[in-house]
Amino acid sequence: MVGGKSTPPPTDMNRTLKRWFPLFLLPTLIAFLIGFVVPFFVGLYLSFCEFATIENPTFVGFANYLRVFTADSNFWYSFGFTALFTLVSVVLINLCAFAVALALTRGIRGTNLFRTLFFMPNLIGGIVLGYIWKMILNYGVLIPLFGKDLSYNSTFGFWGLVVVLAWQQIGYMMIIYISGLQSVPEELSEAAKIDGAGRWQILRHVTVPMVMPSITICIFLTLTNSFKLYDQNLALTDGKPGRMTEMLAMAIRNTYGVTPKSHGTAQAMAVIFFLIVAVIALFQLRSTHKREVQQ
Amino acid sequence: MKRILSFLCIALLILGCLSGCARGGGEGAVYYLNFKPEQDAQWKALAKTYSDETGVKVTVVTAAAGTYEDTLAAEIVKSTPPTLFQVNGPVGLAGWKDYCYDLSDSAVYNQLTEDDFVLEEDDKVYGIAYVLETYGLIYNKKLLDRYFALDNAKVKSLNDVRSFDVFKALAEDIQANKEALGIKGAFTSAGMDSSSDWRFKTHLANLPIYYEYEEDDIDLSPAIKGTYLKEYRAIWDLYLKNATCAPGEIGAKTSDEAANEFNNGEAVFYQNGTWAWGDAMEQKIGADNVGMMPIYIGAEDEEDQGLCTGSENYWCVNKNAGEKNIQATLDFMEWVVTSEAGTKALAEEMGFVSPFKNAKKSTNPLIKAADQLLDEGKTPVSWDFSTIPSDQWKDGVGAALLAYAQGGLTDALWKDVETAFVDGWRKEYTAAH
Repeated sequence: MVGGKSTPPPTDMNRTLKRWFPLFLLPTLIAFLIGFVVPFFVGLYLSFCEFATIENPTFVGFANYLRVFTADSNFWYSFGFTALFTLVSVVLINLCAFAVALALTRGIRGTNLFRTLFFMPNLIGGIVLGYIWKMILNYGVLIPLFGKDLSYNSTFGFWGLVVVLAWQQIGYMMIIYISGLQSVPEELSEAAKIDGAGRWQILRHVTVPMVMPSITICIFLTLTNSFKLYDQNLALTDGKPGRMTEMLAMAIRNTYGVTPKSHGTAQAMAVIFFLIVAVIALFQLRSTHKREVQQ
Repeated sequence: MKRILSFLCIALLILGCLSGCARGGGEGAVYYLNFKPEQDAQWKALAKTYSDETGVKVTVVTAAAGTYEDTLAAEIVKSTPPTLFQVNGPVGLAGWKDYCYDLSDSAVYNQLTEDDFVLEEDDKVYGIAYVLETYGLIYNKKLLDRYFALDNAKVKSLNDVRSFDVFKALAEDIQANKEALGIKGAFTSAGMDSSSDWRFKTHLANLPIYYEYEEDDIDLSPAIKGTYLKEYRAIWDLYLKNATCAPGEIGAKTSDEAANEFNNGEAVFYQNGTWAWGDAMEQKIGADNVGMMPIYIGAEDEEDQGLCTGSENYWCVNKNAGEKNIQATLDFMEWVVTSEAGTKALAEEMGFVSPFKNAKKSTNPLIKAADQLLDEGKTPVSWDFSTIPSDQWKDGVGAALLAYAQGGLTDALWKDVETAFVDGWRKEYTAAH
């Protein structure tokens, strides 16, 4: 019995799909349009306008962008601060997360408990985390040691932010690395061992290339998360001292003051911010993708 | 199952569309976007009373603290915008003037006892203050009496305190005797956390601005000169050196901490306003044991200086809200300031002093203290901080004040405060105009 009966010819199926897929896509499409596409283009338009409310914008061309580049806005200082913060936290978070993941895939006692505990900080929201750490750092560390609090200088604020973000994200990245490590075939490292490779060499030449997809994802996530950081920043330092620990998202928010002029400037900053994040993220994705190997 | 699901999805979509279109039309309704989170419940209760009485729908929405401007900007472009909203003074009005209905013929305007508390431009009344507030130095009478009873007390009565010099002697002597008095300091912590820093970067900064305006006989300046910055520094130093905590720690201190220190009797003086009166202060200190005195900074003729009284809460009616809604809103406002239920709610439940003819007396002892100083003929200090060009100016001054406190109160760091005060003003004024 070679039956042609059980499966209908695929072309029919395709035709039906083609006819009906817009309907099934519709709810998501509408949500995407309302929630993303429309605001994005309205925002893009508003960055070329002066406006008090979005119903009465006046077109001013590139004036807002010029103001971002020329006026003494905090944008470029914040950009530098954010870039440095991102660099430090991406390296720190990924190294720590990878190390913890390695340790917790060796079958030591209590592995599951540790994995759960390390992951837990991620379940707490950024604002709450920021306030808790503000208290810990101020009253537990800085005031006893220096008699000053987080608002004293930007170095305190910078490392405070690094600590909070690391504490929150290491657990999450650890989970991704663990799943990557678990999918590395035993045979490969065993074969390498027989060939005389040491632990370090196995890690460098077998494990890391095999978990490259996880690395790509983790770096992408930490990179964009650090760049877009807002709530931890708000709760922990609120930009203090002055505007010295103001990261990009917060600089935009604080520029969006009460005068109609600055609304447009903030909007222009937001567009530039979007472009920067998009370019960096795409560049990173491409460069780490290239290193991925096929299993 | 799938059919039910898809039906539900479609139903939801249609409902969503319909509810968007179904609004508007019909009778006039009131939508009040309230600024003060503390009085949210009272406004809602008052709105309900009015609706029950008249059948007019009154919606009260309160913006979360610190987000009023954003909420207003988002709400006012909706198809059912707020009909009644607030601005904080001339600077706030500049951004919203295009939306303000001229209130000069309104009933509520005719109810005002004096003309001082309105926002006027070109013979049009754009905003009416509905609550007057007063701030100064709140003090604990019991602790002060304990100090005056000390044998070695340098100042023997609060009646002698009529200038900065005497006040300084008093505060420093209280600080020197803090163990004998069982307190932690003369002043509560001058917290520069964002919950508390407005007490210094805005309210305390009002005094040097006020005296400069008085001296130059102006009520708005595009470029402040900082004539009274020396005095500003003197009072700030006094707060810092005679407080419950070291100057370096104020960056983390919140407004709750200062309030607790005062309510627990750990400090004698607490710079704040009539709004600080509440259950905690009533239970722990009691109405008979609190008073409020002027903040002396060492300006000339300050013996006649009173408390700082003004308003940051002006009612504006949205002129784009539609004729029926505007009329409904004006009727509601009139009812609030004239009816028994409305005036009672304003004075007793919300604890407001309102500048309207029918306003009832408040039971708040801090307001009584303010009234008493007025009766004694003191000149109230106006809220000139409402002419501060922007919030960025306040933040700049606040940051410099904090750095000055943390860095050991040096001359070099005070220069930064001066720069933020004078240059910052010019810069922010130019940016806003």
